Amino acid sequence: MEKASVQGRSLWDDARARLLKNRAAVASIFLLIGITVLAIAGPWVWPHDYDHVYKLKVGIAPTFDDWFWFGTDAQGRDLFVRLLYGLRVSLAVGVVATFVSLVIGVIWGATAGYIGGKVDEFMMRIVDTLYAMPFIFFVIILMVVFKDFTTGRPALNILLIFVAIGAVEWLTMARIVRGQTIALKRKEFIEAAEAAGVRPFIIIGRHIVPNVLGPVVVYVTLTIPSVILAESFLSFLGLGVQEPLTSLGKLIANGAQDMETMPWTLLFPAVAMMITLYCFNFIGDGLRDAIDPKDR
Amino acid sequence: MFGFLVRRLLIAIPTVFLIITLAFFLMRAAPGSPFDLERPIPAEIKARLAEKFHLDKPIVTQFGYYLKDLSKGDLGPSMKYKDKTVSNIIAEGFPVSATLGLSAMALAVLVGGFLGGFAALRQNKAGDYAVMGIAMTGISIPPFVTGPVLALVFGLYLGWLPTAGLDRGQLTFTHLLLPVITLSLPQIAIISRLMRASMIETLRSNYIRTAYAKGLPGYAVIIRHALRAAILPLVSYLGPATAALLTGSIVVEQIFALPGIGRQFVMGALQRDYTVVMGVVILYATLIIALNLIADLLYGVLDPKVRYD
Repeated sequence: MEKASVQGRSLWDDARARLLKNRAAVASIFLLIGITVLAIAGPWVWPHDYDHVYKLKVGIAPTFDDWFWFGTDAQGRDLFVRLLYGLRVSLAVGVVATFVSLVIGVIWGATAGYIGGKVDEFMMRIVDTLYAMPFIFFVIILMVVFKDFTTGRPALNILLIFVAIGAVEWLTMARIVRGQTIALKRKEFIEAAEAAGVRPFIIIGRHIVPNVLGPVVVYVTLTIPSVILAESFLSFLGLGVQEPLTSLGKLIANGAQDMETMPWTLLFPAVAMMITLYCFNFIGDGLRDAIDPKDR
Repeated sequence: MFGFLVRRLLIAIPTVFLIITLAFFLMRAAPGSPFDLERPIPAEIKARLAEKFHLDKPIVTQFGYYLKDLSKGDLGPSMKYKDKTVSNIIAEGFPVSATLGLSAMALAVLVGGFLGGFAALRQNKAGDYAVMGIAMTGISIPPFVTGPVLALVFGLYLGWLPTAGLDRGQLTFTHLLLPVITLSLPQIAIISRLMRASMIETLRSNYIRTAYAKGLPGYAVIIRHALRAAILPLVSYLGPATAALLTGSIVVEQIFALPGIGRQFVMGALQRDYTVVMGVVILYATLIIALNLIADLLYGVLDPKVRYD
């Protein structure tokens, strides 16, 4: 067979081309990859340990001597490696909690939208009700309830943060997916699948979910920064990650206490957090404009 | 409209009840009791205290007692501050938080709405990019970074404004300026983005073209025709904005040491002051539900396309 002389361009090709033209988004993607690699691999090669206390080097300013590039904190621990650990924890919380919210939200929204009728109404009423709740208060209560239980068990502590935040963030996802599903439901290829006798849950999994991915991907990139913020918020109040482990929010909270005498302990974590959030937001905006180029 | 209001109120009641139940049982699941002090008190006195607050009864019975008091509008005594009721504590803290929240909201709507409209009118020009850059910064810098930095610069280095602390009944402009700015920055960013998007969409619609075609001057088209339609999405953002401001005020009160209700809540939760935690949760849940309802009703009044059936 002869090769087609004109290559077809799918909507995804167009979207990728538009995304690659967005310089802020592309730069953010590379920067974020760099930050992630540094956060994961950095502590292995860095000469200091994140929980090692240098009793004679408490609160020294950033210097190139002895690899204290970002100085030390009020306890005499190297700030650079602590920052890398904080980035690790914050990025992990952001990604995992967003994934939790993604799974719940997509299943809930697709099911409600596809089945429709009374089931849809009931399921979305639950979402509306949960929306009205002062959720951060429940997260705070949850963290307080399990605080004693998780002290000294960092894995459990972080798991709880994942679940608590993920359980809050799925609501908007469910709404988005439901709206998309309803729009898709009457399309010919769904009707064809129904006519062929495919079972509803197979239709949801194979035909609906792949087709709602566009808006979902956009929302995911915008959820990650808000999850990172939520975790930092908890850590700032002393309810999140426990010492000696750290997160960006905890580093900022500590830095804010010592900012008068040791401004670098606030400056570096704050800048790291800003850059990370900037990157995610730029990528999210870029993806949105690429997939749905209505506004630009 | 009336039917809609009644239906929404009928949904609100079980919602509030669900919130009360959840918060009550979650709080009691926490280990420890309000009477665990650093210097332990004798077991007999502890038992007497527990008896006084019904803490010795089964938890379901306690819930019954709580609901009974609540139906009379009594939020109960604080379990930590011997001479105060929860209503006292709320009455002391709420004015601080409300002043903070309302000022921040007003500032955010004014500045954010103006910036968003400005950016939309200069779409894809330098002004637009500048505003959207500022907005992106506002979204990416959390209040617990802006707060300390503002306090450091204006309070400590320049010495213009007080950095922290506020006596009750002393809600002065200078004390509130930094907290309000800190709290409203993220909201300014979100509102300006919302406003820009909806203004751009409105400016493209046919009736705006008609208005221009009639020969109306530019400012009249924008202020009389476009603004009215473009402001609608802001109204429906009112509910989520309230929730965000309440959350934010917890942090801002912490940073600037303001005696507001958010601080009371965190302290109450940490000290197992059950009744205070419950009181604040109920207050905020009601507030959020009420504001969401007001936003929906307002939307119906402003948008002739929406009809409640």
